[in-house]
Amino acid sequence: MIYLAAAVIMVPLAKKIGLGSVLGYLMAGVLIGPTLLGFISNGGQDIMHFAEFGVVMMLFIIGLELEPERLWKMRKSIIGLGGLQVVLSSVVIAGIAYYFFKIDWKQSLALGMILSLSSTAIILQTLNEKGLMKSAAGQSAFAVLLFQDISVIPMLALFPLLAVNNGDTQIASDHAETWVSGFPRWAQTLVTLGSVASIILAGRYIIRPVFRIVAATRLREVFTAAALLLVVGIAVLMTQVGLSPALGTFLAGVVLANSEYKHELESDIEPFKGLLLGLFFIAVGASINFHLIAQQPGLIMGLVLLLMIVKAIVLFFLGKVFKLSVDQNTLFAFALCQVGEFAFVLFSFCNKEGILPSSVVDIMTAVVAISMALTPMVLLLNEKLLLPKLGTKESAVNTEADEIIDENNPVIIAGFGQFGNTTGRFLRANNIGSTILDIDSDRVDVLRKMGFKVYYGDASRYDLLQAAGASTAKIIIIAIDNAEKRLEMIETIKKHFPNLRMLVRSTNRFDAYDQMNAGMLHVYRETLDTSIRVGVDAMKFLGHRAYTAQRAARTFLKYDELSLKKLSSIREEDQYIITAREVIEELENIIKADNQNIIVNRDIGWDEDSLIRDATTATGEN
Amino acid sequence: MPKILVLFAHPALEKSRVHRRLIRHIRQLPNITFHDLYQVYPDMDIDMEYEKKLLLQHDIVVLQHPFYWYSAPALIKQWQDLVLEHGWAYGSGGNALSGKKIFNAITCGGSREMYQKLGRNRFTVNELLSPFNQTAFLCHMTYLPPYVVHGTLRISESDIDLHAVKYEELLIAIQNGTITENE
Repeated sequence: MIYLAAAVIMVPLAKKIGLGSVLGYLMAGVLIGPTLLGFISNGGQDIMHFAEFGVVMMLFIIGLELEPERLWKMRKSIIGLGGLQVVLSSVVIAGIAYYFFKIDWKQSLALGMILSLSSTAIILQTLNEKGLMKSAAGQSAFAVLLFQDISVIPMLALFPLLAVNNGDTQIASDHAETWVSGFPRWAQTLVTLGSVASIILAGRYIIRPVFRIVAATRLREVFTAAALLLVVGIAVLMTQVGLSPALGTFLAGVVLANSEYKHELESDIEPFKGLLLGLFFIAVGASINFHLIAQQPGLIMGLVLLLMIVKAIVLFFLGKVFKLSVDQNTLFAFALCQVGEFAFVLFSFCNKEGILPSSVVDIMTAVVAISMALTPMVLLLNEKLLLPKLGTKESAVNTEADEIIDENNPVIIAGFGQFGNTTGRFLRANNIGSTILDIDSDRVDVLRKMGFKVYYGDASRYDLLQAAGASTAKIIIIAIDNAEKRLEMIETIKKHFPNLRMLVRSTNRFDAYDQMNAGMLHVYRETLDTSIRVGVDAMKFLGHRAYTAQRAARTFLKYDELSLKKLSSIREEDQYIITAREVIEELENIIKADNQNIIVNRDIGWDEDSLIRDATTATGEN
Repeated sequence: MPKILVLFAHPALEKSRVHRRLIRHIRQLPNITFHDLYQVYPDMDIDMEYEKKLLLQHDIVVLQHPFYWYSAPALIKQWQDLVLEHGWAYGSGGNALSGKKIFNAITCGGSREMYQKLGRNRFTVNELLSPFNQTAFLCHMTYLPPYVVHGTLRISESDIDLHAVKYEELLIAIQNGTITENE
């Protein structure tokens, strides 16, 4: 409760001053931590374990967002930029440790590798909040973070080999005995790799069918429970084999990224993730051991500064090599210059394995926590002081060729399936530029080959819409299949792009009602026009004149739109589950309304009855 | 002050330099209702009740359109066919429009000289507009002489401006009752 209260007070406060939520959480943590108010003893260690689940869930969601195709597209920056960052930072830090601090080379190497990592949680949260994820710096940062996350696997596999076999091997008391701790080192490495492989295989062949069964029950809670079970299960498994649970769930996320349950999983896990991540940040704040810092303030602060500067220099150098513009590059370098939460895990792992002595681990843990806490402030300084001097204000500029959505098209079409593609082709035939967003990566590939401008992504996401030019476009055509997702999109657009006019596809009347309740004026029912055209042809085959049938159809269409509006206003709001019984009732209502408003389709101007009557009584004219 | 209803019909306004300029000048005038027929009825399905209501609310009707084949674009004809109902606008009991004024404001590709007895169009514009004249007569309306912009195929920008200003002045003058006869 203390945590929640602290968060509720500090986070809005921090946001108000423009510090971002991460810093707010951290401050809340410091405030209630052992040194200040002392609400939590033990440096928040207990809550830390609990809250690490937030990181685990975040990585699961990041994994979900990362379809293998997108991963493939980013391969150059991930392997190039990310790989170089990890290797270079590791070597430089290890070198410094070895030469200046006279630490054993094996330990130096372990230190270097651990400290080369950055904090996925802090960076992604901060960049997302600032809406910088789509910028060149954001994309590069993401690539680097991804490689770092991946590189934890080989690191964990390598560490047992680095162990100094003599001396202070001790098993951290707060870590349970794992299944593998009795195994020889090479076997541990093998088990580690094996469990990673098993997650990939399970994700492919077991998890999806299981979710299919769960989804068939149509109970949302059960699905949520299953999603949580999946994440928790993988996390436990990973901990048991001595691997980072975050990595395991990340892998599971990637494997499931292509599955049909991606969005459900995402939205189910999201609230847990947000809350736990907040707790995690609080715990980081609380875990800063001020007593230790007080004992050796010079050493610790010096280490923090040294570390952050070294990392920033390496990053800046890499940014230059990869041709980031100066302002993007500074953002990139400062964003990634802290040490990440993986370090806590890796440190305790190293401690347990006897790779690093406790004395080093304790100091370094404090260093890591401080560097994390400093990051939002460094970014803030960069934003407020440095960038204005550099002249070019950072914006959502993209450099990656495939990621560029830099067109000022007046129309955005979300969803290029059966519905959207007809609209898109029509507009294209009339030379109206449209930016197309689609979630089907195969279709994106094919259409791109055909010369269409199609971009891959979940169109309901704010950042993608922003990148697609939603703030400059005039119209967005919401043509995606998923009715729920459409409503989600409507809300996002209403909130962030109030000037964008929405034309929305709707599946049926009920869908149309929901959209009208959401304030939509331009709602297009999928099958309406086609059904009426069938009716027109039927009339023609029965011998009615084509023009008459055509006009009757248009009259009916107008009338039906009117009746839709009328019936939608009678309907109660928030009716989401539509039973078969209600469908029948609705049909009854429609037909009753039809009977009351017999469509008058007599064009009096073309009617000669009164003229003939006039002609027979008076002198004829006309 | 009498109210003017401009019934405008141009199937491809984006291609017309002159009409766009004319419209820009009169659209915002007070007591003028500008009714863009092709914009409102792209499928030619005219809403008779609404059109009748509009007519009743106004005193002067301007049919503004290009002079296609010595007449108006099809939608004006459709409008006449459907709105000017027997028993309402003409015929027995058809007095709804009685006393209102009406005239055409048109653009012609050909010069004034071509619309002469000896020109290639053989008739004057006024003669060619006689179906409108007679329609007005049958509906008990006063038919005023047309406002004509000639030679639109080769008209200069400055001349378009001049016509736009003149057109605007004409509508205001008619409202004020300071003019009844004009070419």
